[in-house]
Amino acid sequence: MVADLLHFFTTHWLGQGIVIFAECLLVTGPLLLAVAYMTYVDRKVWASIQLRRGPNVVGPFGLLQPMADGLKLVLKETIIPSSANGILFVIAPMITFMTALVAWAVVPFGDGMVIADINVGILYLFAISSLGVYGIIIAGWASNSKYAFLGALRSAAQMVSYEVSIGFVLITVLLCAGSLNLSKVVLAQSGWFWNWYWLPLLPMFVIFFVSALAETNRTPFDLPMSEAELVAGFHTEYSAMTFGLFFLGEYANMILLSALGAILFLGGWMSPIPLEPFTWVPGLVWFALKIAFLLFIFSWTKGTLPRYRYDQLMRLGWKVFLPVSLFWVVATAAVLQFGGFLPVPGK
Amino acid sequence: MAALDRAARSFLLTELVMGFALTFKYMFKAKVTVNYPYEKGPLGPRFRGEHALRRYPNGEERCIACKLCEAICPAQAITIEAEPRDDGSRRTTRYDIDMTKCIYCGFCQEACPVDAIVEGPNFEFSTETREELMYDKNKLLANGDRWEGEIAANLQADSAYR
Repeated sequence: MVADLLHFFTTHWLGQGIVIFAECLLVTGPLLLAVAYMTYVDRKVWASIQLRRGPNVVGPFGLLQPMADGLKLVLKETIIPSSANGILFVIAPMITFMTALVAWAVVPFGDGMVIADINVGILYLFAISSLGVYGIIIAGWASNSKYAFLGALRSAAQMVSYEVSIGFVLITVLLCAGSLNLSKVVLAQSGWFWNWYWLPLLPMFVIFFVSALAETNRTPFDLPMSEAELVAGFHTEYSAMTFGLFFLGEYANMILLSALGAILFLGGWMSPIPLEPFTWVPGLVWFALKIAFLLFIFSWTKGTLPRYRYDQLMRLGWKVFLPVSLFWVVATAAVLQFGGFLPVPGK
Repeated sequence: MAALDRAARSFLLTELVMGFALTFKYMFKAKVTVNYPYEKGPLGPRFRGEHALRRYPNGEERCIACKLCEAICPAQAITIEAEPRDDGSRRTTRYDIDMTKCIYCGFCQEACPVDAIVEGPNFEFSTETREELMYDKNKLLANGDRWEGEIAANLQADSAYR
């Protein structure tokens, strides 16, 4: 009986489909919950920095605030502007949301805990995160509003610029790890926490983090939705759940880039100290803690820094990050080649 | 040397790090905001909040329908109609304040010769509909009955300066 069931779930197409569906639910459910509570943590962190209290009325310590906000978004009326392109207007938030979720397929949550253990994981993530731009461009165009259009243009230009330097960061990491598979990247960093790539590749870690801020349109690079100039940027015309999808997608993207940072630079699911009591903690917990740490820095940054001017943003992307990361790729490759640190293939 | 110093500063992100350290420190400071619905700030005796019509201790309403408040109201929020009552005294038959027009300048209470219309200490009278903000005489008298203690204390506290 058990053997039959096992046989069904591992070989029959329907059984495999059910398993994959369950896995997806297992990933997206907690992810959406994390997104909800990320908004709460964000607001609490900003509030503390500004000596305010933040949400504290709905539920104990305001813990039910994200639920109330979500409920509000669901119950409100979706307004589609009469001059907007209806179909594209509705499709755009879906694209943003889906690309933010689809990317999680290759993220390893623990040793072997990954939906699709493909050998080009980094490439896949890079491709999917580039697709996210389409949601924004389409939203800006379909809204048929000047604010939305300007916001979309800014966002697209910014994401494209910073993806270039993220690409070089990824190249250095995969040079060191010798694999495009995210699980192998994590395993290549095994050992004490100073063996993780954040220390040997510290400048790249900084560049990665700053580019991640730009990728997700967060302060100091939140020009696409700079309130003072563009109302809300590309999602000016969106309301209710169409806006909610953008919001969820944005936060899911932030969590995704934090996860990517944790995998590439902070040893993924590894314990920082490879000794007995610390290795008992499940890898998933370490991974979640590392993501939470990076997300905290996201909020902290928003509470600290003012917004960049657009030309400063472009200067930083093209004239600072691009040369520095390019140089670092060459330097890393040279050290690996001539220092004898090249990763052994297949190991 | 100065150029090297500047380059080192900009590459080591010293200013950023200092800024981040400052905001981190602030995260653990005491909150300065009042925890509003549970905790409220102090109000002065001259605070101009929701309107109320007062009565004398024997229950007689103070308003004598002189219409000075209606005349002075810069927002023309007050509407009064008056008639002699059965006992011959002059009283209002209608005393409406449109709270959506009112600018809370306090001229009405300054103009009132008998301290009948006053602005009390209540500022939490938001409503879900616009109609509820069209106050009539009953509502204003009810306000007066409800807030008489506070209003009388405030007038007493402020009387030395009038």
